[in-house]
Amino acid sequence: MRALLSARWVTLGVLCLVIAALPLVFPSSYYYRVAALVWISAIAAVGLNILMGYAGQVSLGHAGFLGIGAYAVAIGPARFGLNSWLCILLGALLSAALAWLVGRTILRLRGHYLAIATLGFGFLIALVLANEARWTGGPDGTPVARVSVAGFRLAGPVTWYWLSGALLALGTALALNLEDSSVGRALRALHDSEIAAALAGIDVARCKLWAFIIAAVYASVAGSMLALFDGFVTPDVASFLRSIDLVAMVVVGGIGSSAGSILGAGLLVTLPQFLTVFAEYEQIALGLIIMLVMIFLRRGIVPTAQQLFAPRRR
Amino acid sequence: MAEFLQFCFSGLTVGSVYALVALGFTVIYNASNVVNFAQGEFVMLGGMVTVALLAASVPLPVAGVAAVFVAALVGLALHRLAIEPARGSSPVELIIITIGASIFIRGVAQVVFDKQFHKLPAFSGDAPIHMLGATILPQSLWVLGGAGAIVIGLHLFSEHTLVGKAAAATAANRLAARLAGIDTTAIVSLSFALAGAVGAVAGILITPITLTSYNAGTLLALKGFAAGMLGGMGKPLGAVLGGLLLGLAEAFGAGYVSSAYKDGIAFIVILVVLLSLPQGLLGKHSAERV
Repeated sequence: MRALLSARWVTLGVLCLVIAALPLVFPSSYYYRVAALVWISAIAAVGLNILMGYAGQVSLGHAGFLGIGAYAVAIGPARFGLNSWLCILLGALLSAALAWLVGRTILRLRGHYLAIATLGFGFLIALVLANEARWTGGPDGTPVARVSVAGFRLAGPVTWYWLSGALLALGTALALNLEDSSVGRALRALHDSEIAAALAGIDVARCKLWAFIIAAVYASVAGSMLALFDGFVTPDVASFLRSIDLVAMVVVGGIGSSAGSILGAGLLVTLPQFLTVFAEYEQIALGLIIMLVMIFLRRGIVPTAQQLFAPRRR
Repeated sequence: MAEFLQFCFSGLTVGSVYALVALGFTVIYNASNVVNFAQGEFVMLGGMVTVALLAASVPLPVAGVAAVFVAALVGLALHRLAIEPARGSSPVELIIITIGASIFIRGVAQVVFDKQFHKLPAFSGDAPIHMLGATILPQSLWVLGGAGAIVIGLHLFSEHTLVGKAAAATAANRLAARLAGIDTTAIVSLSFALAGAVGAVAGILITPITLTSYNAGTLLALKGFAAGMLGGMGKPLGAVLGGLLLGLAEAFGAGYVSSAYKDGIAFIVILVVLLSLPQGLLGKHSAERV
């Protein structure tokens, strides 16, 4: 137990240290921008890991919730004059409500049935965002109003670096905390065997639903941050490929490990930046990485490394 | 009435393609329990390779046959290089591998070919045939006929050849098949090649009507998968029925309800089916044993 607890603080401590130290080696504001994008994606990945890693359920449509969060901060202030911060909250609430509504039924499905159901759900959200042009600006997207705190306008990569970094640290702390709570233990139990978990008195359906809702809220908040940071949003944010990107972050880093999800986000966000010169090879590289990790590092980078470097236990 | 018939024609044409994609899914799923998300990429390869060879002034029939072989080889490679090494992975892990493969194949196609839309000439002219007030393109007849021929061919293959029977045995019970002396790995390889070939034929048949491009496969894979599930996973006849029904639902939905949401119909159908009759139209109810 103590080992578990300390592992938890190590993860969080390392994360905070990295967030604090990275700017020391950043030569230009471009690096802040990329890093902010990594933190924001990592928020969604850490959330998705709660669903995939803890509860063992897959979602191939999770970018749908990114889309809801992103369009909440785009439409709310522009159409209803709402405060952007309030809209992040409203987007998260809407995502949670939708996750509850949809999750109650589709989480009964398993394996590839669940995969296709979540995929369809995400696809429908992207389709609505692209088609309801009156509200969303259609396929061309819509601008997002900048936010300010006490008259100070939040813009520029440096500001967003710290903002998203802080939010990621908070989200990771909550996720790590959840892992060791009774809910977290219940989730991992049903990951191993739903039947055994049910026999042990765990309300399997309710636990899965909670994991889905929590993951949806993480994604929604990440979507809002992304839209506010970019100042613009298109339906692409909710696309199938985005969902795959999120799943890949969780899987590549190591399913079930929050640190892995963050590392996965780092890899998958920075990779295209390295490859800008060879933009057309980006998809080849992405596909290869997903396949190679799934075949050769089945447990993902972080758990594999932990196994390699951890002192052998009794 | 004419309008109704027109929607029927276009629905059945598109539906045949979904049926072939779903059939490809079924062939692989039955042999290996893998849900192959790269199935749409075979369709894309069929169209794109034919287009490229045609541009190199290879005659259409030769180009088509070559494209089918290329797709079959890619199917073989997919099995040998990505699925076989990951033996023992969970269904969801295998899905992610095939998604990785589809992104990879798409990436290669983008580099080898280009990002443009391409068209093939219709096999027998573009003059529409008039029928009861509606019109149908000769190419649609090719699609319907080609799909029908493949369905019958696959059926004959699995019922009346030794290899086909071995494949059916592998699908029914892999361990028992192996004990009976069947090389199940070879059978699974064969199923990937076969699925590649079927997908490529679909791509060649439909490209004169719908055009093709390096990323044409994704949506087709998703819809073919939806069609397969609608009919009942692992049921070849169900895949064909599901594909045709999905095509019709799309055509009527686009015609009478909303064309903007045409692409969503497949997923609405699939969500409804999954939640109301999770085994699909032709599937049997089965209890999960513990």
